[in-house]
Amino acid sequence: MARIVGMNGDTAVAYAVKQADVDVIAAYPITPQTIIVEKLSEYVNNGELNAAYVPVESEHSALSACVGASLAGARVFTATASQGLALMYEILYIASSLRTTIVMALGNRAFSAPINIHCSHDDAYAVRDAGWIELFAENVQEAYDLTFQAFRIAEDKNVLFPTIVNLDGFILTHSLEGVNVFEDEEIPKFLPPKEPVNPIDPEKPVSYGPLDLFDYYIEHKKQQAEALKASYPHILKVFEEFREFSGRSYKPLKTLSMEDAEVAVIILGSAAGTVRDVVRKLREKGEKVGVVSLTLYRPFPQEELVKVLKGVKAVAVMDRSYSYGSPGAQLFMDVAATLINVRDKPLLFNVIYGLGGRDLKPEHVVQVFEHAKKVAKEGEVPEKEVWIGVRE
Amino acid sequence: MIEVRWHGRGGQGVVTSSELLARAVLREGKYVQHFPEFGPERRGAPVRAFTRIDDKPIDIHYGIYEPDIVVVIDPVLLSTNVEGILSGLKNGGYLILNTTKVPEGIARIAKEKDLKVYTVDAHKIALEVFNRPLYNTPMLGALVKATGLASLDSVLKALEERFKGEILEKNKIAVKRAYEEVVKYEV
Repeated sequence: MARIVGMNGDTAVAYAVKQADVDVIAAYPITPQTIIVEKLSEYVNNGELNAAYVPVESEHSALSACVGASLAGARVFTATASQGLALMYEILYIASSLRTTIVMALGNRAFSAPINIHCSHDDAYAVRDAGWIELFAENVQEAYDLTFQAFRIAEDKNVLFPTIVNLDGFILTHSLEGVNVFEDEEIPKFLPPKEPVNPIDPEKPVSYGPLDLFDYYIEHKKQQAEALKASYPHILKVFEEFREFSGRSYKPLKTLSMEDAEVAVIILGSAAGTVRDVVRKLREKGEKVGVVSLTLYRPFPQEELVKVLKGVKAVAVMDRSYSYGSPGAQLFMDVAATLINVRDKPLLFNVIYGLGGRDLKPEHVVQVFEHAKKVAKEGEVPEKEVWIGVRE
Repeated sequence: MIEVRWHGRGGQGVVTSSELLARAVLREGKYVQHFPEFGPERRGAPVRAFTRIDDKPIDIHYGIYEPDIVVVIDPVLLSTNVEGILSGLKNGGYLILNTTKVPEGIARIAKEKDLKVYTVDAHKIALEVFNRPLYNTPMLGALVKATGLASLDSVLKALEERFKGEILEKNKIAVKRAYEEVVKYEV
């Protein structure tokens, strides 16, 4: 019997982390993820969760503590957002390069300046090169479900990479939705206790991350690159096992009406559902539109994306961030690089939307599809970069 | 899909009432979203909260601009923020007010827009039950009676998820009283 509980995104993540029976939490509160760490410290304080809660003085220390705890064999969680992620930056690369299995919830929030506490994907994109696995939740149920899957993925012996669950700040972190929750005793069937690989052992001291110059550094980096690529089928396996466990299906890409779509949108996060709703309505009018959203952002699902875009004439790649001075924003460049050597590829343009929490309304999505239809019809891209929902 | 917008001022429990409605509706097997409007949280400043209810899963994530139902928790807003209260409210929609007297300006627009207007003296109920101007749970009682969005029983159970002890009992009384005392205003 399913048990539905009303929870906001932050509460759902905290509840999943508690049910995942983590050993160590090190975090520093920052809006919009604060509720996550508040809830977790309550769980620990009330004895509902037997974990060490390390109240650090900064995000840099939070992630540093997580690295140590993970290498010591613990199941480790942290959460942050925006400026907090920026302060972790130095340790992000260390966490992945030392093959820690940290799980992080990122309550996506715009970078300053000016100060804004609402949703952009600046922080999610800031990790894209750092060797972490990144998942995107599109609603509160997914934030809950992906948290369990993140632990399984990160700790999988064929993966061993830290993993982020992105959830849009406020839109998901602070919105209450019904969540189909597991009973505590069911969890170990999907997520048994962590089996550490070569944990730190005081009896057998070793060095982590020692000096590694031009003699071996590049070999180690190539190994790391290959290891993340090789993790891909194992991530799919975790998705599949989660489906068997829960009945809820996760895939690297979510698609709607892509089979015969002539124009399409590619998007990340909570706005995907709004685009799907518009697609359903435009389909009723006979328009050949479709939408792709990415649950798995890193490693980037290249082959699947090439497949679903086959035959599409024009694609709007929607970014909730901006890459200053770049030929395109972050997701746009990922998609462009994925398609670069494909024959008969669609024309691409980049839509910038929703920065700092600006609402993406259905009429904006309709505008994007109108633009895409024009590109498809005329066979050229007059504007490669389109800002939507902006006052002139 | 039914969309509800709540109006009040900081400190009056606007967000809590929207959340309690969401919890009550979830108990009835429906799908729901509840979200506050985010800005500086100052006691006394106008605050809005939103509830979206449907029989099928809700895929969309954007603001509510054309609500079916508006609930005004704070009577002061009926004179200071008429435009804000009525903004986007659908023709034929519901307006649930904490007042004994519908201001003329609102009555006129209600007639034009064919609104279903309900009033309850939540101020009196709150002072009698809580000895404090806590209007939010009585307005929830009035809302569910007027619209049938959730049963009284589901609302009382939702209160149990949120409150305990004496506060729970008082809130139950406040909800039940408003449920009984809400009246339709003939526009």
